[in-house]
Amino acid sequence: MSEFDQLYREVILDHYKNPRGHGVIEGADAHAEGENPLCGDEVTISVRFAEDGETIDEIGFEGRGCAISQAATSMLTEMVKGRKASEVAELPKEELLDEIGIPLTPIRLKCAILGLGVLKVALHRAKGTPLPEEWRGLSEGLEFD
Amino acid sequence: MKTSQTLDVHKLRADFAVFDELVNGRPFAYLDSASSTQKPRQVLDAMREFYEHSYANVHRGVYTLAERATAGYESAREKVRAFVNAPSNREVIFTRSATEALNLVAYAWGLDNLGPGDVVVVTELEHHANFVPWQFIAKRTGAEFAHIPIDDLGELQLDTLDELGSRGNVKVVANNLVSNTLGTINPVEKLADWAHAQGAIMVVDAAQAAPHRPIDVQALGCDFLAVSSHKLCGPSGVGALWGRRELLEEMQPFNLGGEMIRSVALDKTSWNELPYKFEAGTPAIAEAYGFGVAIDYVSAVGLEAIEQHEHELLVQAMELLAEIPGVHVFGPPADRRTGIVSFELDGVHPHDVAQILDWEGVAVRAGHHCTQPLMTRLGVAATSRASFYLYTLPDDVDRLAAGLLKVKGTFGV
Repeated sequence: MSEFDQLYREVILDHYKNPRGHGVIEGADAHAEGENPLCGDEVTISVRFAEDGETIDEIGFEGRGCAISQAATSMLTEMVKGRKASEVAELPKEELLDEIGIPLTPIRLKCAILGLGVLKVALHRAKGTPLPEEWRGLSEGLEFD
Repeated sequence: MKTSQTLDVHKLRADFAVFDELVNGRPFAYLDSASSTQKPRQVLDAMREFYEHSYANVHRGVYTLAERATAGYESAREKVRAFVNAPSNREVIFTRSATEALNLVAYAWGLDNLGPGDVVVVTELEHHANFVPWQFIAKRTGAEFAHIPIDDLGELQLDTLDELGSRGNVKVVANNLVSNTLGTINPVEKLADWAHAQGAIMVVDAAQAAPHRPIDVQALGCDFLAVSSHKLCGPSGVGALWGRRELLEEMQPFNLGGEMIRSVALDKTSWNELPYKFEAGTPAIAEAYGFGVAIDYVSAVGLEAIEQHEHELLVQAMELLAEIPGVHVFGPPADRRTGIVSFELDGVHPHDVAQILDWEGVAVRAGHHCTQPLMTRLGVAATSRASFYLYTLPDDVDRLAAGLLKVKGTFGV
């Protein structure tokens, strides 16, 4: 496959046009927003936990921005459902990037990890899960609320 | 293949080795000259030769090579002077960039001349380099920071000037002669007249204008003007500020250290004369020399010819883009702008547009172009931007349009 085909390969375009987990969770247990002010990618994530208060039962995201940012977040919601908050807080970016499946330049890398950052901030706020040092550097320039 | 009516572009492109590069297997259509320009062999060879035969520190040595280096550096200063038709070499200061030139004025003039009750007026079109320093210095000094808004065509609303003038003592009017995002050509002469009537100085950011059209500071009537080397086929790391002598003489220095002093003692230090008062430390000697050679190069091509050539490309681009459903071009009509086209494509983010165009070998810029206030006014976070220069081919513009059709196909929009 040529690199062009890879980057915008059907899977990514599919996630961009038909995002999984799209929408807001009513009465969410965890919630955060983030944006990259340099290009205007925006992502909002809400999460509801299962009865154990730990397992991610439902996750919803809304946003607008480039195909990479929105598709990556869509893929992320599929990846984390059913996993524990503490585990997801430690989720390495490599796992997400493997899912996206193509090499990204530093600028597009920021697009790809925006959703992951927003999710980690949401969990940190709701559950006090740690924000790893490595994450802090990576997310420089992004803005979270 | 279409040819340009005005310039022998293929002959010029032969001077630029970079156009031999294939990008993703395709010839390189570089449409980002507004961001930075490619360098011709003449500039690179001259800098190499300078380093190999004429390099030494300037203004200090008594030996032969030092004389040659100084002569080279000062000849570049004269070239800048002539390029902008400044009255005197003493008024031309080499800086690191146009950005640094504008910071110099904001700090060295602004800190001593602004206070509460004063107003600094910029415009909604400004590049951050001519916006942020003024915003910062206005805050520091207690002056009000105001802006001239644009209309929906991206042109300044001059009928707001009266109201702006009523807010206090207008002391600074700062404007880019050409908008790097929309290509708008601003009425600097009118703004300068108004500024002077208010008792204000007129500060012009000509980074985007000077490479693309003839510049004459005396005709413009401004008090300060900033130019950039890397935007006109020169090396990066050097730019220049022209300023009126009377103003420069009054100003405190900006950077301090060697070169800008006359004598230094424990109890007292005196400044060097113009322009050296504002050139502290060892300058970017070979870069300044290269800047001068770049000025020679673009002057030999001819600024009017460059302007005309870009206008042809602009008309071609705007016609082609108008035919693509979903493409919206921002800014004034073709007869009121330079060769810069910012646009959006419905349903596709600028990053994605730029990415797919890259895979077609076409380089455009996606982002806010260091004009976030303008992006806010346009209601977008980012645009895609194509920009032209003396080495741009009509074929490059055709490929931009073809590339956009490919983007639409990929995204199904």
